[in-house]
Amino acid sequence: MKVYLDSAATTKLDPRVLEEMMPYLTDVYGNASSLHSFGRQALNAVDKARLCIAQILGASPGEIYFTSGGTESDNWAVKGAARALKKSGKHIITTEIEHPAMIQTCKELEKEGFEVTYLGVDNHGIISLEELKKAVRDDTILITVMYANNEIGSIQPIPQIGKFAQEEGILFHTDAVQAVSSLDINVKNLNVDMLSISAHKFHGPKGIGILYIKNGVRISKLIVGGHQEKGFRAGTTNTPAIVGMAKALELCEEEKAENNKRIKELRDYLIKRIEDEIPFSHLNGHREKRLVSNANFSFDYVEGEAILMQLDLKGIAVSSGSACSSGSLDPSHVMLAIGCPIERSHSSIRFSLDKDTTREEIDYTVDSLKEIIEKLRSWSPLFNVEKGEGTYV
Amino acid sequence: MYNQKVIDIFANPKNVGEIENADGVGTVGNPSCGDIMKIYLKIENDVIVDAKFKTFGCAAAIASSSIATEMIKGMKVEDALKIKNADVVKELEGLPPQKIHCSVLAEEAITAAIQDYKSKQK
Repeated sequence: MKVYLDSAATTKLDPRVLEEMMPYLTDVYGNASSLHSFGRQALNAVDKARLCIAQILGASPGEIYFTSGGTESDNWAVKGAARALKKSGKHIITTEIEHPAMIQTCKELEKEGFEVTYLGVDNHGIISLEELKKAVRDDTILITVMYANNEIGSIQPIPQIGKFAQEEGILFHTDAVQAVSSLDINVKNLNVDMLSISAHKFHGPKGIGILYIKNGVRISKLIVGGHQEKGFRAGTTNTPAIVGMAKALELCEEEKAENNKRIKELRDYLIKRIEDEIPFSHLNGHREKRLVSNANFSFDYVEGEAILMQLDLKGIAVSSGSACSSGSLDPSHVMLAIGCPIERSHSSIRFSLDKDTTREEIDYTVDSLKEIIEKLRSWSPLFNVEKGEGTYV
Repeated sequence: MYNQKVIDIFANPKNVGEIENADGVGTVGNPSCGDIMKIYLKIENDVIVDAKFKTFGCAAAIASSSIATEMIKGMKVEDALKIKNADVVKELEGLPPQKIHCSVLAEEAITAAIQDYKSKQK
């Protein structure tokens, strides 16, 4: 049996999306910037897609900029805003649990002379509005807070942060990459000035994303060399991917309520079975304020990558926050930020479900996981099988 | 990123367990690094007649433990001390660069277990 529980990494292209894309991968191959009929045909499709996306986001088409995905959107939004506003100030506020695309972007800006405050989170992975308010300085030019976390699924109070930022006159960006598939993404409701989206997280194609930039917000360019996207983002328009992203977003919105209900039931069932049946397991993150698709557990006395690889031998795909799976010596910065003990951080496993996940798959996963944890604990010097207990000392 | 040999060994590692009244025990690593390797040796006339391990760690750490204990069984203690991490990597037909430290742990665990044996001899 093959089970894919890694939708936070990427999702399967919806066949209906592929169908929508096909003409633009074959017959309609013109460059959307060309004046001739081939080009105009492609441009029409891009315009239609832009309008469709804008309507879903509650934005106007002129506020939608196509990018190569979430990483580029995050880089562009924050570097672009900081560089455009450097005469007004040099202070940026973000959080400790952002995606590396954001953390690394902020680190680069620090090298350029900007100062960045990384807000801590509580042990559920949620920031404090009060702390955010206290962190604001006279020279704060930008706040960027991810909508939902990619590892533990914790959801930040984006509308409230946005309202505060508006009152203070500070630009506000959110990385909504993980949020699109299940949360409200109306930019008016969210009170955001900029928002990053990536299509492959909601059954769209890879390599395409959006940066929403509210009318009136001026940011510097990141990629130059062409007049595409009103001259703000150069590069040949990726017509098939844009058409696919619009279709994927449309389907996502139409089916969101129904999918959320089904996925949450399965996710809650997964959590319950693990908590009932696997001793020394700990749910990481908030019980309620988390993405419906996300469950993140630590299993004491065993290492996360070993669990991941054993599950892989059973055909089950998950991801891990252990140092071993990240290629560094430190476990996930998110686990550490929520105060998860370092030993336990090494044993974290993320299960991320999607609309195609079935109950049989969850049962097979938990059954396999039980065996695997038991086996790895019997191999671990930290666990005494006869006593049925372990120690990290 | 793992080769098939490493995956196969990780799926069915050899020599997992403890040796009661072992002649030498070596523990290296620590839980905050995500790796602990404990090697048990049974030694007769300076020859390693049995070796077992218990490891908290990733697939590479477990595969390294398995192959290292296989390598030293039947070896003279002095020869086992000569085993370097590169020998473990070679026997595994390669490890990803960021996993080389797992083979170092295996070398260190063997050394620690033999030192334990030697210290008991005195």
